[in-house]
Amino acid sequence: MIAEIGHYALVLALGLAVIQAVVPVIGARLNDPTLMAVAEPVAIAQFGFVALSFAALTASYVSSDFSVANVVINSHSTMPLIYKFTSVWGNHEGSMLLWVLILTLFGALVALFSANLPAMLRADALGIQALIALAFHLFILVTSNPFARLQEPPFEGRDLNPVLQDFGLAVHPPFLYLGYVGFSVTFSFAVAALIEGRIDAAWARWVRPWALAAWMALTLGIAMGSYWAYYELGWGGWWFWDPVENASLMPWLAGTALLHSAVVMEKRNALKVWTILLAILAFSLSLIGTFLVRSGVLTSVHAFATDPTRGVFILGILVFFIGGALSLYAWRAPALKQGGLFAPISREGALVFNNLFLTTVCATIFVGTLYPLALEAITAEKISVGAPFFNATVGVLAIPLLFAVPFGPLLAWKRGDLLGAAQRLIAAFGISLVVIVAAFAFFGAKGVLAPAAIGLAVFIMIGALTDIAERTQVINQPSNAFRRAAGLPRGAWGTAVAHLGVGIALLGIVCESNFGSEHIASVKPSQTVALAGYDLTFEGAVPRQGPNYRELVAKFTIRRDGQIVGVMEPTKRSFAARAASTTEAALMARGVSQLYLSLGEPGTDGSIVVRAYYKPLVLLIWLGAIVMFAGGALSLSDRRLRVGAPKPSRSSILQSAK
Amino acid sequence: MALWFVLALMTMTAVFAVLWPLSRTRSATSGSDVAVYRDQLEEVERDRVAGLIAAPEAEAARVEVARRLIAAADTPEAKLNPSLRRRRMTAVAAIGIFPLAALALYLALGSPLQPGSPVSARATIPLQQQSIESMIAQVEAHLEKNPEDGRGWEVLAPAYLRTGRYDDAVKAVRNAIRILGSTPSREADLGEALTAAANGIVTAEAKAALERGATDAGQEKAQYFLGLAAEQDGKSSEAISIWRRQLERAGPDAPWRPLLVQSLSRLDPKAVPPGPTLDDIAAAQSLSAEQRNEMIAGMVGRLAARLKDDATDFDGWLRLIRAYMVLGDRDKARATIVNARSAFPGDSEKRQRIDNLARSLGLDG
Repeated sequence: MIAEIGHYALVLALGLAVIQAVVPVIGARLNDPTLMAVAEPVAIAQFGFVALSFAALTASYVSSDFSVANVVINSHSTMPLIYKFTSVWGNHEGSMLLWVLILTLFGALVALFSANLPAMLRADALGIQALIALAFHLFILVTSNPFARLQEPPFEGRDLNPVLQDFGLAVHPPFLYLGYVGFSVTFSFAVAALIEGRIDAAWARWVRPWALAAWMALTLGIAMGSYWAYYELGWGGWWFWDPVENASLMPWLAGTALLHSAVVMEKRNALKVWTILLAILAFSLSLIGTFLVRSGVLTSVHAFATDPTRGVFILGILVFFIGGALSLYAWRAPALKQGGLFAPISREGALVFNNLFLTTVCATIFVGTLYPLALEAITAEKISVGAPFFNATVGVLAIPLLFAVPFGPLLAWKRGDLLGAAQRLIAAFGISLVVIVAAFAFFGAKGVLAPAAIGLAVFIMIGALTDIAERTQVINQPSNAFRRAAGLPRGAWGTAVAHLGVGIALLGIVCESNFGSEHIASVKPSQTVALAGYDLTFEGAVPRQGPNYRELVAKFTIRRDGQIVGVMEPTKRSFAARAASTTEAALMARGVSQLYLSLGEPGTDGSIVVRAYYKPLVLLIWLGAIVMFAGGALSLSDRRLRVGAPKPSRSSILQSAK
Repeated sequence: MALWFVLALMTMTAVFAVLWPLSRTRSATSGSDVAVYRDQLEEVERDRVAGLIAAPEAEAARVEVARRLIAAADTPEAKLNPSLRRRRMTAVAAIGIFPLAALALYLALGSPLQPGSPVSARATIPLQQQSIESMIAQVEAHLEKNPEDGRGWEVLAPAYLRTGRYDDAVKAVRNAIRILGSTPSREADLGEALTAAANGIVTAEAKAALERGATDAGQEKAQYFLGLAAEQDGKSSEAISIWRRQLERAGPDAPWRPLLVQSLSRLDPKAVPPGPTLDDIAAAQSLSAEQRNEMIAGMVGRLAARLKDDATDFDGWLRLIRAYMVLGDRDKARATIVNARSAFPGDSEKRQRIDNLARSLGLDG
């Protein structure tokens, strides 16, 4: 009965989505306040029914109701409780339900927190949001119904894919979807603005918090996915330029560009048409990501099921929304009034520079990801565009972008002083030069790039701090600095913290990929392997029984200079229900560096193959992402309105001085 | 019934969410960009007082925002255009069309009559109604958690054998022996499982287990398979003597008796008395249909073996053809007709009688 309640709730949500997509939009055209006001309660009710549906599916999973086909295929009655919850979205159907849950959640949030919006913009935006929800409700009910029932329930389920039986599944997809789907709000607002043909600084003021929230969630979601791949796949890599990863990186890059251009729009009423385009692109890239992952075009751990009808359906959704929005853009954008002039060297100019490079990087990844797929579809020729291509192109494009990061916040609005900004960054230059030299001295002349990249990371970090130091005048007037720091808008702190996070992540990336060491060996019990100053002694392997798996646990004692610093226990798990096995790497943090052990095949003589890595500063990669998230949160908490006070031209200064 | 009540309640809630805003006379609050620019002006002033921006910059910002404020304020407010007719039309659609459409779609997709089957409910199904597979799954789940429960493995082994999972059966018996210790009965089970896993060949490993099992004179299973081993080794006489001794020991209703008779007749048809004895018939009446068929099959086997040695028994041939038909084996019956005809090449009268029999059984053509 519970499954049927969930099924019906989803049908009702579809019906409400139809009403929400039609009635308020007609109301907005006819300027009928009552019809427009239908949008909010219906948006909230729609979310309520999707939530009920999701709760019903969760209840089916938790009680192992094997009359529900989806539960049979993806769970097992002996699974630990947390995986019974997470396996709800550890499969195609359930994850699409999570998708619409978050989509309607954002719709409900817009309905709740938009009392200060013009009624027409609100009605149109909620209408577009409902149209997206409508498409996905239909997709789920027609092609991917999680509530399909089995006439004769089997006794036992087929278990969740063992790779997914991990805490990562509890956090990575929800955050990633919050990010992906969060951009639907900016998309809906952009399309609503295009329909009305009116866009102004107020629009950016309303849209920016949504873009920021989505960007924050996406940042964390990607970082979590990367860390999960790092410890679960057993190869010690944290980014593979896998198409699925690229699919999440593209909306992130577009979203980052959108955040920055929305600042310009809000504060200076400029870059309006461009910002609208970015808002459309960010969500379009999210949809493309969904298509790539869900259609079965790609086979990976994310492609739970491959079914051509699903692919065609999502492709239809994709063409309708992206094509529709871009056509609307091409038609209405020229009519939008441009405003807010600025000189090339200015805060606005710096943000345009940022946007230019971010979108170029995004386009490069787009081509690198989709070109092989398109080529294979057309000519059946398989080519592989892998890490070397992306490292070369994205790396080259990222250098000027990253180098410019500290300059932006130091430039004035409207017209800035590049030399002045450079002068204020003198300290940052100096420190990073010292660091580069020190890095050369320490690591020897292994290459020029790595020490220079470390210098760049330090430059970004010190640069971010310089901005705060400048604004609080901590050097000139240290006595007042604390009061000034407290008085600084949290948005300014947010910028500095987020940029600091970029520097931290970059430092981790550079050190991990250039100075890491690895050792692969077959070890016998009591044999010792040396790695980066640590001695790893294999004590032996013992079998152990888990709740729904059996595992072989290899015990290693780690010594440094003869002192025991800890024990690491990498394991290999085998899952009977799926006849599959996973490797569980053992990680040991040493400061922000890590030792990483992963098991290979055990030999017949008690020996075992072990891959041991030393990863210097590797944790900074994800720490940087968390710091970026914190920066976003600081900025989001700043409820003040922002005005970018322009630097007046010389003549106007004279005028006001008169 | 409860389900329909809940679904009706849900539908009412959804309809209410549409009707409620339609019933409100006061229109919802509407913000405007003018308010945003006013706030921005205040913000500039606050920043100037706090010393975050200098006076000339504040002045420039104020000029810009004021310009936008004036432009926004000049935009004529669109006249609101409420309509009672549209409101009614929407309400009618929400009450009339929406629930029907939802119900129709649900009935097309859902299975409202099917009960749920959560794990807690499944555990209460009586044992007799469960399939052997589900019982195996239950025991397997139990053993997954308690792999050292030897009794569990011992219960599982014959179930595996019956469902044809011979390799698993071998593992299960081995586990039972490892945990509970070796007994002749378990060793005999191991020998049987190993033989089954090797497609009926008694391997050296199986034979070793069987010999351990046969240390207990009461272990008829071990004895039987040792006989089979002897037969497969080409020592027919040894097999015959083992089985004959077993047959002598077996009571008239011992369930393995037909098997012994059948195996013996395979090697030496004279080793068993031809035709059913009085005991056999008495036994047959107390047997189940399945066991009776098995017994008949044993006797038919003996007859067929005897006819191979002595093809002149014309009545024997006719009996054999009829027996195969009783057992439902038409192919063997047909083959026997061909053999019988070739056994009497010169005797047209006998061949005619065979043909007549074939016709009456529907085996001609």
